Amino acid sequence: MVTETTPQSQSFKLSMLLNDTRYRSYTFQFFSLLILIVLIAYLGSNLIRNLAEAGLNISYSFLGEPAGYDINQRLIEYTSQSTHMRATIVGVLNTLLVAFLACFTATILGILGGVLRLSENWLVSKLMAVYVEAFRNVPVLIWIIIVFTIMTAVLPAPREFRGDEPSASLVLDAVAFTNRGVYVPSPEFQPQAIYVFFVLLASILAIFWYRNYAKNRLYATGTLLPTFWPSFAILVLPTVMAFYLLGKPISLDYPVLKGFNFSGGWTIRGSLIALWLALAIYTAAFIAENVRAGILAISKGQTEAAASLGLRPNRIMSLVILPQALRVIIPPLISQYLNITKNSSLAIAVGYMDVTGTLGGITLNQTGRAIEAILLLMLFYLLISLSISALMNIYNKSISLKER
Amino acid sequence: MPSKSSGVAFVRETQLPELPPPTFETGPIKWMRQNLFKGVTSTFLTVASVYAIYLALSMVLPWVLNGIWNANSIRECRVILDGAAGGCFSVLTERWNQLLFGVTYPADQYWRPALAFVLMFPALAPVLFSHLPRKLLISTVLYPFAAFWLIWGGTIIAPLIALAGFIAAYLVYRRLVSASFAAGSLGGLCTAVIVWWLGGYITEAAASVIALEPVPSRNMGGFMLNMILGVVCVSLSFPLGIVLALGRQSSMPIIKWICVMFIEFIRGVPLITLLFVANVVLAYFLPPGSNFDLILRVIIMITLFASAYIAEVIRGGLAALPRGQYEAADSVGLDYSQAMRLIILPQALKISIPGIVNIAVSLFKDTTLVSVISMFDLVGMIRGPILASTDWNGVYWELWLFASLLFFTVCYGISQYSQWLERQLATDHR
Repeated sequence: MVTETTPQSQSFKLSMLLNDTRYRSYTFQFFSLLILIVLIAYLGSNLIRNLAEAGLNISYSFLGEPAGYDINQRLIEYTSQSTHMRATIVGVLNTLLVAFLACFTATILGILGGVLRLSENWLVSKLMAVYVEAFRNVPVLIWIIIVFTIMTAVLPAPREFRGDEPSASLVLDAVAFTNRGVYVPSPEFQPQAIYVFFVLLASILAIFWYRNYAKNRLYATGTLLPTFWPSFAILVLPTVMAFYLLGKPISLDYPVLKGFNFSGGWTIRGSLIALWLALAIYTAAFIAENVRAGILAISKGQTEAAASLGLRPNRIMSLVILPQALRVIIPPLISQYLNITKNSSLAIAVGYMDVTGTLGGITLNQTGRAIEAILLLMLFYLLISLSISALMNIYNKSISLKER
Repeated sequence: MPSKSSGVAFVRETQLPELPPPTFETGPIKWMRQNLFKGVTSTFLTVASVYAIYLALSMVLPWVLNGIWNANSIRECRVILDGAAGGCFSVLTERWNQLLFGVTYPADQYWRPALAFVLMFPALAPVLFSHLPRKLLISTVLYPFAAFWLIWGGTIIAPLIALAGFIAAYLVYRRLVSASFAAGSLGGLCTAVIVWWLGGYITEAAASVIALEPVPSRNMGGFMLNMILGVVCVSLSFPLGIVLALGRQSSMPIIKWICVMFIEFIRGVPLITLLFVANVVLAYFLPPGSNFDLILRVIIMITLFASAYIAEVIRGGLAALPRGQYEAADSVGLDYSQAMRLIILPQALKISIPGIVNIAVSLFKDTTLVSVISMFDLVGMIRGPILASTDWNGVYWELWLFASLLFFTVCYGISQYSQWLERQLATDHR
């Protein structure tokens, strides 16, 4: 019997496009692409016909026109005469602001919640379980509205701060919680303030140097230098000294009641606080679960092994448990940050002017440029999401266990 | 009995009864010492928690116990309460139907969505609990058509034709699938289209046969709208998610990239922008003169949104399967569709069920977002018609408490089910 060693060379037949697995995938992809192109062409032609009927075109020139509406919470200069482009940028900054604040607060609350839920104290762990379940199972929109209702319906009006016996008073004589917003003191910088910042920067560098020195000394001689209190002293003492030596170049501008409202200081609108707190507390419930799962994922043997080496409990936590738990905790943590950024678009429900409120809200309604505005809005969120997930991929690669 | 202890002063020959352990080492006291007062920090935390619970209860309890359930407006509540702390829960009793069904659903037809809701449990039971007899799945298959007929009304012929289309398609598929999966599904699709096309004429001719009063979908509202959106979108996005996940795992580059781009795009933008698309943009992409109603457009967008997330969960399940399963399927000579249907998907889906349930919970919570595009779901009803009315302007806490409790009950129930299921399915290889 003759075995054929080389495959018989066949001439290509048309039926092989369907029957031969080598070519069938090409046929399939070709038809999928064809269907996709036809679909896009169909939608596109509908779009062109609809736009022609409505007498519209696709154009971004509206971004250069004056916006004509006010934004009461803003990080950069903006008046109603500014362009829609400027309004959009104000909105983008507002989105980033509330996302940053909420991520920061949610991380702290979430870690606290996750650690407390694992506490040996029965009452505390049960309370934390109640917190996590209560917040995870109710829509974030309802939480945002509830906090917003507290900010606007429960807090006193500015006029209640007036008179000889006001029914409301400033907290610590500095912060006014009113239904129009929270008024906090703002720092004012004299020119010398820059030196204080230089000193602060130098002390931060010094802390790094000191910790490095302590570590090298530990490796070289085995003696352990204290790090926490010296670092604290290096951080605080020179800066405070510079502050007083330069004649207090940083002062606080306190909010003062003038007429019907407070002036001076910074105004934080109730909508910003509502969004910030609600997003933070809601997401913290999810982060708490991630933290708990991360700590539980480290087997008890690790703790016991570290203890048998003679490490003290807090060193076990910081040197053995946490580095391993963080590997489990950080990826879901970052996707929670992504969720916060996307959920911050709910600002529109409480009138906080984030990018959805400016570009996707008032600008869209005023100019009627729905397609352009929403496309731009989606691109913005897409850009943020993709960059965060790119960072996450880099991080995941850097921490992935080096196995075999 | 001779004594062994001769010459010794005293030897105890019987054991003494055991003394009870010290009181602080038994029972509730021991438990409290270990779980509430172990060390300074723990004691402090316990005291702080008890104080916090006391504060919360002292605020909430009088408010709830002193609540008014039978007033007609907030002013009446205030008169009855006369300055005492108490909730005005009468808004719930007075606006009960609005909260559940919206403003515009015909009041004498409330039994229809209520019946559809009740029927949902027997329909879901065989899906949720696999030890129930498989014959019950028939009720699951029939349910969507019955629910559609109950909620939207019209003649019963329309859902029957739809059902007939599916049955005919399934029969043709069964006949042809042994030849090839592609032929089976294509034949099934054609059959269904033909049946529906023919059935369209019958429906028009028999528009009043066993007809319920038709209710257009813009009249849906309240918690019913949340339930409709949640249930419909999750069930529609499940098959779409499977297709997307398989596409993303595919070795064909064009298919793979189409799926990757779709999934990453949808997951990168907030749901609210997609709802804006449904509200103002989608109409531009449809043929001129076509008139999709808003709820259908919203269902389309939420379904696309959910399918991208479900696809990622299922992809996780596909990736978690050992490579050997794929190779084994290849080595017994199964082609792609057979391998997927018989070997890969049953296992991958089983792994991904908890993840899918989580997506379902978060999707159900996200259905409240439709209130932003001025649809009157539960949140929209509360913020709009109820809080804006002169009778109930200012009854925030009662209404939001009610809404939170409603969502909490559903979502907590589903997540408890998911955890139970996870324990049931834990037949893994450890």
